[in-house]
Amino acid sequence: MSRLSDAFAPGSMLLGVAVPDWQEAIRAAGTGLVASGRATGVYVETMVASVETHGPYIVIAPGVALAHAAITDQVLSHGFSLARLVHPVDFGDQKVNLVFALAAQVGDSHAELMAEFANWLMLPEQINFLLNAGDEAEVRASFEVASAKIAE
Amino acid sequence: MKIVAVCGVGTGTSALLKITADKALKQIGVTATVTAASLEDAKLQRDAQIFLTTANIADELRNTPTEVIVIDRVMDVAEVAQKLGATLL
Repeated sequence: MSRLSDAFAPGSMLLGVAVPDWQEAIRAAGTGLVASGRATGVYVETMVASVETHGPYIVIAPGVALAHAAITDQVLSHGFSLARLVHPVDFGDQKVNLVFALAAQVGDSHAELMAEFANWLMLPEQINFLLNAGDEAEVRASFEVASAKIAE
Repeated sequence: MKIVAVCGVGTGTSALLKITADKALKQIGVTATVTAASLEDAKLQRDAQIFLTTANIADELRNTPTEVIVIDRVMDVAEVAQKLGATLL
């Protein structure tokens, strides 16, 4: 099993959320972390505060943001979650449709998980795929494709 | 050659930027060590030659002797390769 399929708990992807602004977009993404016991609601608010402090640098690719905050005891275990927005919201001057949330913990596996996430998101046409994926199972299937590509 | 990828907290964006930079360095044929760090940790790394970071926090690194390269999209290998190449080649 790929590290990503472990990091994204079952039910951690909301594929079709309507939110008014980037703050609510981060909160929507964070619900997957909280529901699966990976992080607390306090951590989710810390992710919002981090953008208020440091700006929208969490936009990592066109249309894609990765919400996260510093490693704290509000992270209960390593995890990712995703909110796909029905209507894009503005992060600074950039429109974002896909908001990932990351709960990180100290450890050697963190760098490996981030590498797997990056390689997965850098697959050709991956962002289009994510915008159009019908359900979570379809997204999860693509984790194995990425693992196989990295192993090549 | 030591390059430090920097973000506000050192767990997400900087970790991705390190991976993108490793791919970009391979593309331009330069050998260097890339590490990821938070803004606060990066300020203490006086032996770094280059800070790779995002526009939002770049100003906070400019009062250090290390060269600052600003990256718009941390997962864009072509952009990072072009900007590192302009400095290193």
